[in-house]
Amino acid sequence: MLFVWFWLVAVMITAYVVLDGFDLGAGVLHLFIAKTDEERRTVIRTIGPVWDGNEVWLLAGGGTLYFAFPLLYASGFSGFYLPLMMVLWLLVLRGIGIELRGHASSHVWRGFFDGCFGISSLLLIIFFGAALGNVIRGVPLQKDGYFFLPLWTDWRVGPRPGVLDWYTVIAGLVALVALTVHGAHYVALKTDGELNLRARRLAGMLWPALLIVTLLSLWATLSVRAELLNNYKNYPVLFVIPAAVAASLICMFVFRWKTNDKAVFLSSSAFLIFMLVGAAAAVYPNLLMSTTDPTLNVTVYNAATGQHSLSIGLIWWGFGMALAVSYFVFIYRMFKGKVTQTGTGGYA
Amino acid sequence: MDGAALIHRLHFAFTVTFHYLFPQLTMGLALLIVVLKTMALRTGNDAYNQAARFWAKIFGINFLMGVVTGIPMEFQFGTNWSHFARLTGGVIGQPLVMEGVFSFFLESAFLGLFLYGEKRLGPKGHWWAAFLVFLGSWLSGFFIIVTDAWMQHPVAYQRFADGSFQVISFWGLLFNPWALLQYAHNMSGAVITAAFVMSAVGAYYLLEGIFIEQGRIFLRVGVIAGVIFSILQIFPTGDLHGRYMAQHQPVTTAAMEGLFKTETGAPIVILGQPDEEHRRIDNPLAVNKVLSFLIYGHTSAEVKGLNEFPKDVWPTNIPLLYYSYHIMAGLGTIFVAVMVVAVFLLWRKKLFASRWMLWILMLCLPFPYIANTAGWMTAEIGRQPWLVYNIMRTTEGYSKNVHAGNALFTLLGFMGLYTVLAILFLYLVHREILHGPGGAVTDVNLAGPITVA
Repeated sequence: MLFVWFWLVAVMITAYVVLDGFDLGAGVLHLFIAKTDEERRTVIRTIGPVWDGNEVWLLAGGGTLYFAFPLLYASGFSGFYLPLMMVLWLLVLRGIGIELRGHASSHVWRGFFDGCFGISSLLLIIFFGAALGNVIRGVPLQKDGYFFLPLWTDWRVGPRPGVLDWYTVIAGLVALVALTVHGAHYVALKTDGELNLRARRLAGMLWPALLIVTLLSLWATLSVRAELLNNYKNYPVLFVIPAAVAASLICMFVFRWKTNDKAVFLSSSAFLIFMLVGAAAAVYPNLLMSTTDPTLNVTVYNAATGQHSLSIGLIWWGFGMALAVSYFVFIYRMFKGKVTQTGTGGYA
Repeated sequence: MDGAALIHRLHFAFTVTFHYLFPQLTMGLALLIVVLKTMALRTGNDAYNQAARFWAKIFGINFLMGVVTGIPMEFQFGTNWSHFARLTGGVIGQPLVMEGVFSFFLESAFLGLFLYGEKRLGPKGHWWAAFLVFLGSWLSGFFIIVTDAWMQHPVAYQRFADGSFQVISFWGLLFNPWALLQYAHNMSGAVITAAFVMSAVGAYYLLEGIFIEQGRIFLRVGVIAGVIFSILQIFPTGDLHGRYMAQHQPVTTAAMEGLFKTETGAPIVILGQPDEEHRRIDNPLAVNKVLSFLIYGHTSAEVKGLNEFPKDVWPTNIPLLYYSYHIMAGLGTIFVAVMVVAVFLLWRKKLFASRWMLWILMLCLPFPYIANTAGWMTAEIGRQPWLVYNIMRTTEGYSKNVHAGNALFTLLGFMGLYTVLAILFLYLVHREILHGPGGAVTDVNLAGPITVA
């Protein structure tokens, strides 16, 4: 039961990263590849009908965490208090930027909303990456299960870390490159003409960077927490996950060369999925590790809700998620195809 | 109560109060838009479709504000109320996840289709999109009320040795009697807000002499919905909720009514200022025996006063609770009076020419917001000093690891950010109202981004 709920939470977070990941990435790159007002509007239109639904995965994932592992939710959210509040402010600004741009009648205001959207997307990605870095590096958990992290201390990975140190900055960087590439693949898939070319070119330029930061993060992770290999050593079959990460990186390269936008987008989705699944497989059964004493770790065993709640939860959760997935299939089919800059094609 | 506890309470109170200014209109308007769409389908009169399109624009901006201010709420259980979250996740985690899974996915999927898919879906399909958005928003309200109702009146739970709770009856939690009463009362309040907003815009158009035909539709729908729901708000929903409360939170009822001493044939205090120190109401304007009658159905019944309860279970801010309740109930009564007169004029076909009544309807616009806010303050201040009624105190629940300085920092941040949001909201909605209804089906390529708000 605990194993099942661990993976349900992991699946929801992964779905969030893959789905909202492309609209966050589109937010970062629209400032660079979309030059005219028309082009920026087109980029926003590619994510317009879906971004809010994508963001619901974050809410539903957070809620599921609260329900299934209340100790993790309580300890993690209060311990990462300051960065989390900043994430909430950035989510507000991003929603405003996307939606109110269309209501603005002057260039200055449109520029303001474009800036809100772009900068908040960029910072959100870095925060999310750093958050994952913090979870993998561990936090100074106390005996009562709580901790509080300052934004930074001495930038070292020690027993008294801050939210930002050299390791979590690398994690933020990996997220930034990976989601920008993912966003570029999405924009290329959903547009044509000049925008499509620029998005492809950007993705092509960033591919070597993605390769480098992925290897860098692998090295950094193993030097910060060598014990993360334990699950892999005990169950060697798990090594298919890093193999799949490598394969999806290669697929990205090959399909871009063949200019198959859809396959490239699916490859970067697979890359994100396998990276996160690999991390989840490495930390299980830990949910939050202590930097000082492994017996203080928050695990699926000490963080979970009562058995009865979890058992009936499976029924309504399964039912609700089946409905949710059917809406997603419906909506993505309604809005499939490319967004054209003029005329009546695409979503009209 | 120490400094940190107070800041954490203000933090939640500020963000949730600001947030609920938006969903009350979203939920009420969703129903009225379905009404407009239904009228359009049945009468074939396109003016109703135009009216629906106009309100859909207001709805879109309002919904966005509700979404962006709502996301922080879900996280604040963990950030600011971590100990509460840790113990209650097994119970209220359930309705909170259900809200995401059953209503947010539904709303977010169909809102885009509702706002920008009218051409593509056709009249019937578009009606369904409007209906599903309505359903999603009303379900969302239900799950939040279930969450709050469990804190007000905990049911269907079991407690473990470490103090944590889990659900023992799925349906028992969802159909908590408190939740059903509170839901009925709350949703009727949301429709009142929408009805007053709609009739205020209609009144403004008629007074200004613009968009006359649309203004009349807004007034007709707004006033009829307004009279129905402002009556339902008092009877039966408010009445039943009040009686149930008197039974299960008698000390809260006594504090709300300003009843310091137990009395048989207790009076109802209409005006007056509670003096907690001397345990009396100053300058009281009271009607004898009415309180006993309202709660127990006969004029000589005994109503327990605050003197019956130890001071450590008294609500922590009795004057604010008393005023919140009196403002809510007073405004609720005035709403009935305004709407009854307006609907009478509508029936006599004099409403559209009665400028004095149009002025009143227009100026009433802020008051349903005040009444709904005061109602929630009554419920939540009345629940004090408990976080989970009679089980867990508010002072036990907040995040002890987040000190007052950090909490104040983020509270100030929210205040600044939300001030900007409020200005943007008022500016954009005002512009839409001036721009007015009319025109054909929104054409996506002219209207700019296709958005899901």
